[in-house]
Amino acid sequence: MIFSSSMWALFGEGILETLYMVLLSTFSAYIIGLPLGIVLVCTDRGGIRPNRPLNSVLGFLVNFLRSVPFIVLLIAIQPFTRFVVGTSLGSTATVVPLVVGSAPFVARMVESSLKEVDQGVIEAAQSMGATDWQIIWRVLLPEAKPSLVVGSAIAITTILGYSAMSGFVGGGGLGDIAIRYGYYRYEYDVMLVTVILLVIIVQIFQELGMGISRKIDRRSH
Amino acid sequence: MEAQKKKREQIMIELCGVGKTFSTKEGEVVACQDVELAIEEGEIFGIIGFSGAGKSTLIRCINLLEIPSAGRVAVDGEELTSLLPDRIPKKLTLSGRLRRHKEIRAARKKLLGARRNIGMIFQQFNLLMQKTSLENICFPLIISGVAKKEAEARAIELLDLVGIPDKANAYPSQLSGGQKQRVAIARALATQPKVLLCDEATSALDNATTSQILDLLQEVNQKLGVTIVVITHEMKVIEHICSRVAIMDESKIVEIGRVSEVFSRPKSAIGRRLIFPDGQRTEHFTGGRSLRLVFDGESSFEPVISNMVLECGAPVNILYADTKVIDGRDYGHMVIQLPENETASSRMRAYLEEKKVRFTEEFVDDIQQ
Repeated sequence: MIFSSSMWALFGEGILETLYMVLLSTFSAYIIGLPLGIVLVCTDRGGIRPNRPLNSVLGFLVNFLRSVPFIVLLIAIQPFTRFVVGTSLGSTATVVPLVVGSAPFVARMVESSLKEVDQGVIEAAQSMGATDWQIIWRVLLPEAKPSLVVGSAIAITTILGYSAMSGFVGGGGLGDIAIRYGYYRYEYDVMLVTVILLVIIVQIFQELGMGISRKIDRRSH
Repeated sequence: MEAQKKKREQIMIELCGVGKTFSTKEGEVVACQDVELAIEEGEIFGIIGFSGAGKSTLIRCINLLEIPSAGRVAVDGEELTSLLPDRIPKKLTLSGRLRRHKEIRAARKKLLGARRNIGMIFQQFNLLMQKTSLENICFPLIISGVAKKEAEARAIELLDLVGIPDKANAYPSQLSGGQKQRVAIARALATQPKVLLCDEATSALDNATTSQILDLLQEVNQKLGVTIVVITHEMKVIEHICSRVAIMDESKIVEIGRVSEVFSRPKSAIGRRLIFPDGQRTEHFTGGRSLRLVFDGESSFEPVISNMVLECGAPVNILYADTKVIDGRDYGHMVIQLPENETASSRMRAYLEEKKVRFTEEFVDDIQQ
């Protein structure tokens, strides 16, 4: 596999674009997904503010968005993407469907992390006169932190997978290179390199996430 | 009138007609029913019952972690149940509704404030696992707006009070069960509450640790004058620290009184079962001719049974005997089987009466229950 220096530059650019898309999307997905997950937990039966109707509506919305295949979502929301960033091509444009597609997933991840927090600890905080906000900020989130970090590593790697798909509709990044060179031009060695690079990036994020989580978790010392 | 007023002032916790019903898929479940309780300031009050009797629900009704479906709860002179949203009358007009909304928010704030006056500890300790002991103790102070430095200073004092000054920076996972409960007690006392609720606080601990924690609770009660309510299924906890006890069975309080009285003369079947857990063992010996004797400390120096046997010239069968120390006094229980001989057994009854030993007839059914 001997590539020209311009090809290596292309890979380098692909990596940067991928990281840009993935990190920006993950960050934005958490801006939506984190509060959504908190609301899902709090309004659930046995939560600190049970609210059946709100919980059902949000739960349905999340399930609905999660059941749409990402490749369909990518194309279906193109008008919306154009409205937000002015174009439906390139890596910035890809961020929009990535966020829409992954925010519901992030919400569920956050929900399951927060549900791991012992109900007894929440009850203890209530017995001390904590407000609902204090329970969220000072009990739920800090107690679930190790689990939330693991969740974010999983979210990043999932979004990385989605971002590779966006190559089909002219998004940027490694996925785009794999499809343009490897799939359309039968340059399998290029495809192989992009896949290897994606594997390495996934590994790094996954290990980083697990490592940080272990390091900050005070339950196992 | 004056005396009555004074009595009212001394009452720290008052429950009137408190009931709690849960609706589940299988229908309504009654957890508490018609509970009347008046717990005095500075006492250690025990509530005992088997699991499922409704004790945990009842103690949660005191700080309204569980919202009673009926009745009133007052703590330290404040009627907490009047702060519940559904007890604030509904209004029809728009301005009325807005006012009601404001009232509800104000009431909620007041309720959260009142909870700071009621500490609580739990069977599973319920410490924040990601925070150190010190941070755990600071927690109630921080959420009530105390500055961090001040909170830490107070937390260090409390760690000293509960006897683990060296564990400030340890995380709960590094502590033993007893140490965790000590941190929990310190945390519950941080806001200087007048009441401390203990929900099976020693049930997850071994015997020796249980005693130490109970000693600590007693110390807290004496040093700080905190009124303590203890929920337990273990008689030894009640004996160790409580001055008064209520026995709960099937969601109701069936008996209430001073521990020494209830212990020496349990009126309810469930009370007897709690106090004499091995009562069943005597069952096949007794034939309706047995007596339960109670020695209340004054008579325990005299060898009553031996003298009775010598005096009446007939043997007795000792089926069960036990002594316990309550409030520094010895209390003895004994179940004896009387001889078949009618004259001997009636002489024995007369002898016991003369010696002023309290006794009750025991029947097989009673013991079995």
